[in-house]
Amino acid sequence: MNLKLKALAKSLWVFHVSVGSCNNCDIEILDCLTPRFDVERFGILLAGSVRHADVLLITGAMNRKAVVRMKKIYQQAPKPCLVVACGTCACSQHMFRDSYNVREPLDKILPVDVYIPGCPPKPEAIISGITKAAAKLKGRR
Amino acid sequence: MSWLFYYFIFPGLLFSIIMGLLLSWVDRKTSARLQWRVGPPWYQGFLDILKLSGKETILPESAGWVFLAVPYLGFLSLGLASAIIGSSIFFPGASFLGDIIVVVYVLTMPAIALIIGASSSGNPLAAVGASREMKLALAYELPFLLSVIAVVVRSGISIRLNQVLGHQALYGSNIFSYSGALAFICAIFCIQAKIGLPPFDISEAEQEIMAGVLIEYSGLPLAIFKLTKAMLLYTMPLFLTVLFLGGDVGPAMVALKVAGIVLLLVLIKNTNPRLRIDQALKFFWGPVTLLSLASLVLAVIGL
Repeated sequence: MNLKLKALAKSLWVFHVSVGSCNNCDIEILDCLTPRFDVERFGILLAGSVRHADVLLITGAMNRKAVVRMKKIYQQAPKPCLVVACGTCACSQHMFRDSYNVREPLDKILPVDVYIPGCPPKPEAIISGITKAAAKLKGRR
Repeated sequence: MSWLFYYFIFPGLLFSIIMGLLLSWVDRKTSARLQWRVGPPWYQGFLDILKLSGKETILPESAGWVFLAVPYLGFLSLGLASAIIGSSIFFPGASFLGDIIVVVYVLTMPAIALIIGASSSGNPLAAVGASREMKLALAYELPFLLSVIAVVVRSGISIRLNQVLGHQALYGSNIFSYSGALAFICAIFCIQAKIGLPPFDISEAEQEIMAGVLIEYSGLPLAIFKLTKAMLLYTMPLFLTVLFLGGDVGPAMVALKVAGIVLLLVLIKNTNPRLRIDQALKFFWGPVTLLSLASLVLAVIGL
């Protein structure tokens, strides 16, 4: 099992979930795939289907409609699966803290492994966050 | 016992898995370099397969044992194809009468496995992918068969890979004749679609139908499908090498030729956007079929 976890840390397939973000984080995530940052160096790919995902990269504040769907998506992902909150909205609700539509932060709903703050986070910050998630995976036996 | 060795170890399963994963790295690295990126390390394919085999396998509610069994159908039959093609090069004695027909039939199995697996998963997007894969298979099989028949005619109507190679050793590679060159061009397009590389990755279109046929697969079955795809990247160029570039089949020359064909496929992949399914159908049944028919006629005339 240990060997497979090590392989998992070096080939993370990321499924990108946007639960009502303003698209800035999403654009920065796409930046990570460009020649300047190139996350494929670390074996990171964007997956098309949740079933192929190793990392759920979540952007945006969890609004009421998204909570149900987010829980479903997490159940659909094959375990072991990491959850990464990308952007300040996903980390701590940001300016939507007292909104009528955003009731609880992401980490009250799902077990979040890594937080990437920033509005939007720089691509460097996202890469650093994902590699921290990989390091955490190696530590987990 | 030697056929067990052929099938499981040397030109068969194990060897084609290793070669396929290395060639899939060549594919990813070359694509990355063409886009001014760095690209993954050479062992990335092995890591991906190892990782997928350790993940949880999720069985959709509407799927049964067919869903789990069918990846092995494509995988094992592709192993058979690479064993037959490989042994015609490395062990000339192992070739048998009609092995070209067997190889052509067995090479359609991965597509059939994909279609069955996607249909049994019960996902609507997978159903879209399965129907596209089916239409694509109908589209490319006709010109592919015609260009294989052109080669068969050129080598004196022999359906043994061994004799095809022998004919080319005597009279020079098939590609250096008019009919051979035309058939080679058609076959390149067909294997591009058979492997499922862009512009013919219509059934797996990640942006529109989210990995299409593979959408419900996870864990070990997905790893088997990925392995099948990697093995196709080795087996199909090897088949083309035997059919068209068989003048000199020393191990180093074979490796060079296979790598050259893979490079050509990767270049086509990186310079063409994905076609719609109707465009692909028109392309294969129009110009490609006409070209391969022309090559067949030229081969019958003797050019």
